[in-house]
Amino acid sequence: MDRSQGRTGGIASGASTEAPTFTGNRALQIEEPLIFEMGQPGRTGVDLPEAPKVKDRLNGLRRAGEIGLPGLSEPQVVQHYTRLSQKNYAIDMGVYPLGSCTMKHNPRINEKVARLAGIGDLHPLQPQSTVQGALELIDRLAHWLKTLTGMPAVAMSPAAGAHGEMCGMMAIAAALEAKGERAQRKTVLAPESAHGTNPATAAALGFTVKPIPANEKGRVDLAALKAALGPDVAAIMLTNPNTCGLFESEIVEISKAVHDAGAYFYCDGANFNAIVGKVRPGDLGVDCMHINLHKTFSTPHGGGGPGAGPVVLSAALAPYAPYPWIVKDGETWRVAEDGAAVDGTPLGRLKAFHGQMGMFTRALAYIMSHGADGLKQVAEDAVLSANYVMAALKDTMTPAFDGPCMHEALFDDSFLKDTGVSTLDFAKAMIDEGYHPMTMYFPLVVHGAMLIEPTESQAKEDLDQFIAALKSLAARAKSGTAVEAFKAAPLYSPRRRLDETLAARKPVLRWRPSNNFKEAAE
Amino acid sequence: MRYLPLTDADRRDMLGVIGVKSVDELFRDVPLSARLGAKVAGLPDHLGELEVERAFQAYAAKNVSPSVAPFFIGAGAYRHHVPATVDYMIQRGEFLTSYTPYQPEITQGTLQYLFEFQTQVTLLTGMEVANASMYDGSTGTSEAVLMANRVTRRSKALLSGGLHPQYRRIIETTGHWQGFKAVSGKPDADGLEDLIAAVDKETSCVVVQNPSFFGHVRDFGKLAEACHAAGALLIVVVTEVVSLGLLKPPGEMGADIVVCEGQSIGNGLGFGGPYVGLFATKEKYMRQMPGRLVGETVDADGKRGFVLTLSTREQHIRREKATSNICTNAGLCALAFTVHLTLLGEAGFRRLSELNHGKASQLADKVAALPGVKLLNEGFFNEFTVSLPKAAAPVVEALAAKRILGGVPVSRLLPGDKSVENLLLLAATETATDGGMDALVAGLKEML
Repeated sequence: MDRSQGRTGGIASGASTEAPTFTGNRALQIEEPLIFEMGQPGRTGVDLPEAPKVKDRLNGLRRAGEIGLPGLSEPQVVQHYTRLSQKNYAIDMGVYPLGSCTMKHNPRINEKVARLAGIGDLHPLQPQSTVQGALELIDRLAHWLKTLTGMPAVAMSPAAGAHGEMCGMMAIAAALEAKGERAQRKTVLAPESAHGTNPATAAALGFTVKPIPANEKGRVDLAALKAALGPDVAAIMLTNPNTCGLFESEIVEISKAVHDAGAYFYCDGANFNAIVGKVRPGDLGVDCMHINLHKTFSTPHGGGGPGAGPVVLSAALAPYAPYPWIVKDGETWRVAEDGAAVDGTPLGRLKAFHGQMGMFTRALAYIMSHGADGLKQVAEDAVLSANYVMAALKDTMTPAFDGPCMHEALFDDSFLKDTGVSTLDFAKAMIDEGYHPMTMYFPLVVHGAMLIEPTESQAKEDLDQFIAALKSLAARAKSGTAVEAFKAAPLYSPRRRLDETLAARKPVLRWRPSNNFKEAAE
Repeated sequence: MRYLPLTDADRRDMLGVIGVKSVDELFRDVPLSARLGAKVAGLPDHLGELEVERAFQAYAAKNVSPSVAPFFIGAGAYRHHVPATVDYMIQRGEFLTSYTPYQPEITQGTLQYLFEFQTQVTLLTGMEVANASMYDGSTGTSEAVLMANRVTRRSKALLSGGLHPQYRRIIETTGHWQGFKAVSGKPDADGLEDLIAAVDKETSCVVVQNPSFFGHVRDFGKLAEACHAAGALLIVVVTEVVSLGLLKPPGEMGADIVVCEGQSIGNGLGFGGPYVGLFATKEKYMRQMPGRLVGETVDADGKRGFVLTLSTREQHIRREKATSNICTNAGLCALAFTVHLTLLGEAGFRRLSELNHGKASQLADKVAALPGVKLLNEGFFNEFTVSLPKAAAPVVEALAAKRILGGVPVSRLLPGDKSVENLLLLAATETATDGGMDALVAGLKEML
């Protein structure tokens, strides 16, 4: 078996200064081929009975030839994916300060209850009489979400935050259509600091996106916003707390101005974790807001999904909520699906079945574990931890704005000025110190941005070590003697810096018998 | 609070370093009118793990688990046996609690399995490239139509009457609000629909499903030719991905985009989600694809590694010019898919597929032998439609009362359409037993 893993020759070639080993492995760092390079015909990891002998009813459409799937036994599969897992950083391993992403602890009881027989194994189209507990569970989560946000309605089906944005903005378009104003109101305002999904969503719905500048305090410039509002504006899309980690202190004035202009207020709820239990978005004049269950309510990020993005809606938008939703008739739960006679004018359907039930279960378990008292403490500890990091680093690194911040601390790169070390280099050096880097170069309004979100899940001792590590790195960068070391970082990770330009210039998106890495490198 | 490491002493120390007296001072930017003095009213306080588990067991007890009832429901989600290894693997914290692999040096685990996943998807579908997954098959299909509109610069989609009704509804919703036309065929219960004549110079794509919502298995090669002659794309949707072990793949029929619901491999029914969308296309359309892509490259030492690539299509770079607003895939569900398919391998996957076809074939014969029951399918994979001598919905309810989960009445998904009132969709996978089939047949016999 070829375990050279694409080395150009010898075992430890290139710039590595490490001593070579015979296998190319380094203790727990084990080089791992692709499954396609490991399989043998005739091997399998399952034992299935013979199929019953029946007449083929495939309408003459039987597949000809091999599919090309590799054959591996169960132990090989376990070893392969276990080795791969060891090449990942994860919340379970330590501080994961990825700003805006909310890498908080993922409790295991949530996993357990999501897998209970009678929850994890239900079919979405079972007769409704056989899923009364499941419908009640969804409604219970909906109740918590509505109460915590102070909003009268919620659409549960969106599959992720961006999907929730699509849902909310469709509801706004539907409300405008009902008022006969959709053709006239074609502009959506979004701060320059917005998540990329905001302009992408608005543009997909045919709106023209107009950026609103930030003021020197990192908040929406109210005067510029008022100047931009007019009869052509459909909505503002505003994240609060915003992507600089700051609460929009003039948010009540903003929502009043937006409503006075006949427009709607879409709140991007990606940062709801900072204020859950402390502030209800409904009290701020919000018309709709998606909630990332995988951020605020701890459902696992899973290497990039699945997520869930329920959208809470104001009374003005509630009639347009998409199918499906849960209704209680007397003592019986029912799910309203397409075509059912209903009040209101649903905007349609966004997803098959009833939403991300597995995420609902986990989120509800998290919510019940914390309760109203614990959720308030979650927001307070998250904000306290971020301010602690900001305060401890304010003389070493350069905070982008004066505090206090909310759940994340934003720094710019002016402390690295003239050092030759960039934000990227600084972040990569953190990897060698055993940390996942913070969010870099976002939000776009801050030069060389570094956005640190410690969450409520880290012990003070761990925050202190993290702070000390950043101070040490900053001192090294400023010393001017370690530029080359920063540029070479990381040295100790399973892979060193990867050639992203090559990947994009000559895309290799799948394994082929012939496409070993050499071809890609040529 | 078991999840919160900070002690009151820690909190006091931290407030001291920050230079404030109370945590509420940190919330001073919140307008006074919106500050809650106390916790949110009307909600209970925290619970211990034991109490939480009991509460969910109580929810579960109010449902009928498919593990205790004869089960024949499909219609876009299928009950298959998932090996214990799959669930163990996706619960490893290194996979479960990792983020999107934006730092490739320390997320090679995620990136490599996604590269394996992409390759598996191309092999199953017979296509050239695949992305790192979509939310699910239903949303992926809608994204495929948007992609076809971009590629062809046209804005009319023809939707087969054999397409899952909820998928169709999602495309119609997207079309209404995003500004394209979706023309839907009549429900194609007999599997004889001919869309070729409807393809014209304004058509951006034709969306068909194989096996269809009603279970029919068809070759769309001629339709693909007609699409290409008119400058349109053929989108083939597969909601039962296990069928690809036995059926000619859409790529060999000339499909331009293939979207599958991947739930059947590795992912439990989960009451409808989260699932995993497979999305594959031809290489020439690669840059118009939505969603994340993983590509192979090398690191500074010349070692093979993987990265997210072609991200200039995506919202975090392109903002309002992005190919899609999508920011999430179904990473962990894709891992479950990949681990399960790797366990199966070529031999196991083909046998699983044969087993499904065999079980469904047996069930079809048994059900069609009942008086007044007619099988509508000439060809099918593991799901078929029967016409009953009376309305199907009350029959399914009556079966449920006997704890038999006996299929989906087509009227549930096409309410108000009298022509489908008597139609029942039945699926049988490898999980179907002889005893279960006999119970269903006996139950039906009693009710008809």
